[in-house]
Amino acid sequence: MALTLHGTVADNTAVFSRPTDKPFIHNGDMAIAQRTTSTSSVTGIQYGADRFTTQMDTFGTWTVSQASDAPAGTGLVKSFKLDCTTADTSLGAGHFGLVRTSFEGFQTQPFQKGSSDAYTLTVAFWVKSAKTGNYVLELFDTDNSRQISKIYTISSANTWEKKILNFAADTSASDPFTYDNAESFVMNWWLGAGSTYSGGTLNTSAWADNTNANRAAGVLNLADSTDNDWYLTGVQLEFGTFDENSLPKFQFESYGDNLKRCQRYCQKYTQPPLVGIANANNTYARAKMLLQTPMRAAPTATHSGTLNYFVSNSIQPTTTAFSATYLDENVAEFDATTNVTSMTAKDPITCTQNGSGFLLLTADLMAG
Amino acid sequence: MNKGIVTAAQYQKGFVGSGNVNIKATINGKTVYVPLRADNTEYQIILEWVADGNTIAEAD
Repeated sequence: MALTLHGTVADNTAVFSRPTDKPFIHNGDMAIAQRTTSTSSVTGIQYGADRFTTQMDTFGTWTVSQASDAPAGTGLVKSFKLDCTTADTSLGAGHFGLVRTSFEGFQTQPFQKGSSDAYTLTVAFWVKSAKTGNYVLELFDTDNSRQISKIYTISSANTWEKKILNFAADTSASDPFTYDNAESFVMNWWLGAGSTYSGGTLNTSAWADNTNANRAAGVLNLADSTDNDWYLTGVQLEFGTFDENSLPKFQFESYGDNLKRCQRYCQKYTQPPLVGIANANNTYARAKMLLQTPMRAAPTATHSGTLNYFVSNSIQPTTTAFSATYLDENVAEFDATTNVTSMTAKDPITCTQNGSGFLLLTADLMAG
Repeated sequence: MNKGIVTAAQYQKGFVGSGNVNIKATINGKTVYVPLRADNTEYQIILEWVADGNTIAEAD
């Protein structure tokens, strides 16, 4: 088999020298969308795919979705889509819109940030929009409130374009990431910003202590028309400096591996593996479940719709009320009030698959 | 930058006689159960909401 080299030999060793065994970005192909695949009337925070969420403040109204639209010839199938449904043609000073993905300190050690060995970084992604012009990608260090930004330009409307952006290393000795489960590193795709975030000069050449006005200077306003949309997929972060010749190919994961990594931050169950015991008042049960994978933190629980339970062939209650009791990284426990009074105290119950409801556990770095 | 909008919050108790174990809250329009853990994102948002002068209601 013939080998084709692009760039220099050193360039082509990139995939062998990656300091991580998995792609650094979670769900960079936007394949996983546990919460929902489409949400309308979004004006704030909404996940369009796992680990990728909007963050907006008075920036029009949007439909956020996981789209079956991706650049041809790449193997990518899904994308994160924003579609403007109510425009905002004149952004107030503190108003903004962006799409972000963020990372806990336990994942950011390969950066070697804050040392002389800190890596330069390359971020590559596919993007498409009806609105051409200049956009901003920002890398933000939450631990030390430092950042660096780059402009990228969408040249052709409604056409997938691949962008490759190079970022300097942050060797500032006083600014390493903190090794814990709190947010350390954020990637912000700015889609518009008022003067608070765009009134200065874009900070492009070196990491610097944050000055809000320098974060998104030069960004257009994607919210200025309901004709506007924006798609993102194929996001990869590489350690080192690469160009279109030397950039390693997008590192695909199997769907299962991708889901497993996302479940550290979000787990959705349409048939939660709840097993419990009826209480003495015969209408009420306490049930618990072991989580699919340990979560980043004790999760927040959301329950929607009806869950069904099985006690016996003649007693199969549904929930009329549901509340969390104990939540930690490994286990979740709930109290379920049911629609029957015929349970006997200490009856074992299990959750069955017939209900229309679901249980959502989230431990992501943004609410939602 | 706002990470979530809280419109209601109430402590929830666990077993009979136990103390508060979580907060039932409405955040970004959704009813959620939030553990009393400093590393939980929604709990951080609730604490910021309290710092702004709001109060978490006592459990029923």
